Amino acid sequence: MTATPAESAVPPEPTAPPRAARSSRLLAERVIEAAIALAGVSTVVIVALIFLFLLRESTAAFLDVPLRQLMGTRWYPIEGLFGFLPLIAGSLVVTIGAVVIAVPLGLITAIYLGEIAPPSQREVLKPIIEVLAGIPSIVLGFVGWVALAPLVQQLGATTGLTALTGSLILAYMALPTIISISEDALYAVPKAYRDGALAIGATQWQTIWRVVLPAARSGIVIAVMLGIGRAIGETMAVMMVTGNAANIPALGPGLFLQPVRTMTATIAAEMGEVQRGSLHYSTLFAIGVVLFVITFGINYVAGRLIGASGGPRRRGQL
Amino acid sequence: MTAVPPPPAPAIAIRQLFFTYADGTEALRDISVDIAPRQLFVLFGPARAGKTTLLRLLNRLSDLIGGTRQQGHVRFNGADIFERGVDVTDLRRRIGMVFAMPTPLPGSIRSNLTFGLRMAGMRDAAALEARVEQSLRQAALWDEVKDRLESSAFALSGGQQQRLCLARSLALEPEVIILDNPTSGLDPLSTAAVEESLDALKQRYTIIMVPHSVQQAARVADSAAFLLDGELVEAGPARELFVNPRHKRTEDYISGRFG
Repeated sequence: MTATPAESAVPPEPTAPPRAARSSRLLAERVIEAAIALAGVSTVVIVALIFLFLLRESTAAFLDVPLRQLMGTRWYPIEGLFGFLPLIAGSLVVTIGAVVIAVPLGLITAIYLGEIAPPSQREVLKPIIEVLAGIPSIVLGFVGWVALAPLVQQLGATTGLTALTGSLILAYMALPTIISISEDALYAVPKAYRDGALAIGATQWQTIWRVVLPAARSGIVIAVMLGIGRAIGETMAVMMVTGNAANIPALGPGLFLQPVRTMTATIAAEMGEVQRGSLHYSTLFAIGVVLFVITFGINYVAGRLIGASGGPRRRGQL
Repeated sequence: MTAVPPPPAPAIAIRQLFFTYADGTEALRDISVDIAPRQLFVLFGPARAGKTTLLRLLNRLSDLIGGTRQQGHVRFNGADIFERGVDVTDLRRRIGMVFAMPTPLPGSIRSNLTFGLRMAGMRDAAALEARVEQSLRQAALWDEVKDRLESSAFALSGGQQQRLCLARSLALEPEVIILDNPTSGLDPLSTAAVEESLDALKQRYTIIMVPHSVQQAARVADSAAFLLDGELVEAGPARELFVNPRHKRTEDYISGRFG
């Protein structure tokens, strides 16, 4: 019952491609789809794995150190005192300072670049600002140490290595991110909005403030959040210029003129000296968990803010 | 002997106007024309004739483009709008504009209407409210939206958005309204509605319009000008221009031989 040679020699239908070719194309299609899906999923999986790894390494700290002590105000690992508060406070003070400096400055720069500057200036300025993002943080730390710290000391601090010095350096590091992404957001606002507002007699500034900025809000929130993320996670530059004293800074007018120590700087400075598997080692990972949670919190808030921009809050904006 | 009444002073007088874009395109060459008050003036011609360029010059939206060169005069009620010291935002309040694509602003229907007024410094809530209703009625939109002034302007249909944009200009009580192909995205019924409201509006306002088609131009115009490749071929009362054009090129375009 074998096919005769004559039968198998029948040429395939000219219109339909040969079956083999079609199924191999289908297969290729599936492989590509699967590869893309894998790439997408892997990001999530990697984040989850990092978190699990952090949790595993820090279990000892969370189990063996009483929570009250972890929430304590003293970080003296040699004496077995592992209070996170000074480190969290240090990170907060430096980051808040950086945000207060960088966000207004970054937004104003983005508005100038996107809405006011003539194209010739914009073409020069934008690439330069993007180059700033590429300066290694250690170089900025060095600049802060050599150039900025003496200036800060003249403001009345006992040392130039203070939270303010750290905030200034961090602000400078976050600026390119904030400027570049906000400017993209402004650029994405339809030209029709500007035409429409100008044509009914809004001035250029009224158009920017009342129409363009609200329309670009979600992009601007992302820019600010990414800037904050950059600031809170930065290590080297901050370690060099904040003085690294694990105290809770005293509230008051001199808040920013005291040396502080951030969470990131603590991990970087002490990780090399601890014994692997010791309680101190595990506590450093616990700091990492806290940082991770804070970063997630920021992203969550950012997501909520963006979500709200399409909702009722938008109504009163015009 | 009955004295012939002198023609009314033009609302807008354009004299020897030249305009060149940054890339060297000569969009307008030597345009001179008078636009009479409280009439519907139609500016028609094929694509790239310079119609939109001319419209955007009249309320100086052209200021926003860099690197352009221009020459000549546009007198609005006798005063040159290009002179130094002219208050551009005030000019744009007096010469309103509606674009080819509807340009609602992100916000509610009401805030779209009051935005220009508030920017002009009007604060009184009752007065704002009166203007909202009045302008929506003039644009034949009131009955459709009076119960949902707080909903987003983007929730309106294209035709309603376009009438909202018209109402937004009218709310400022301008003297002149510029309409750049206001019915381009509209269905025949909405088009008819807009044309009808134009007929009522020209009792009070000077209207300058780029029409959707020659047919529309002939339907609505009191006077008209034919633009071709940046030059004004001829201008005059619609009755003469569409029936007995003086120039061969106008006749060819009107009768559909090109364009």
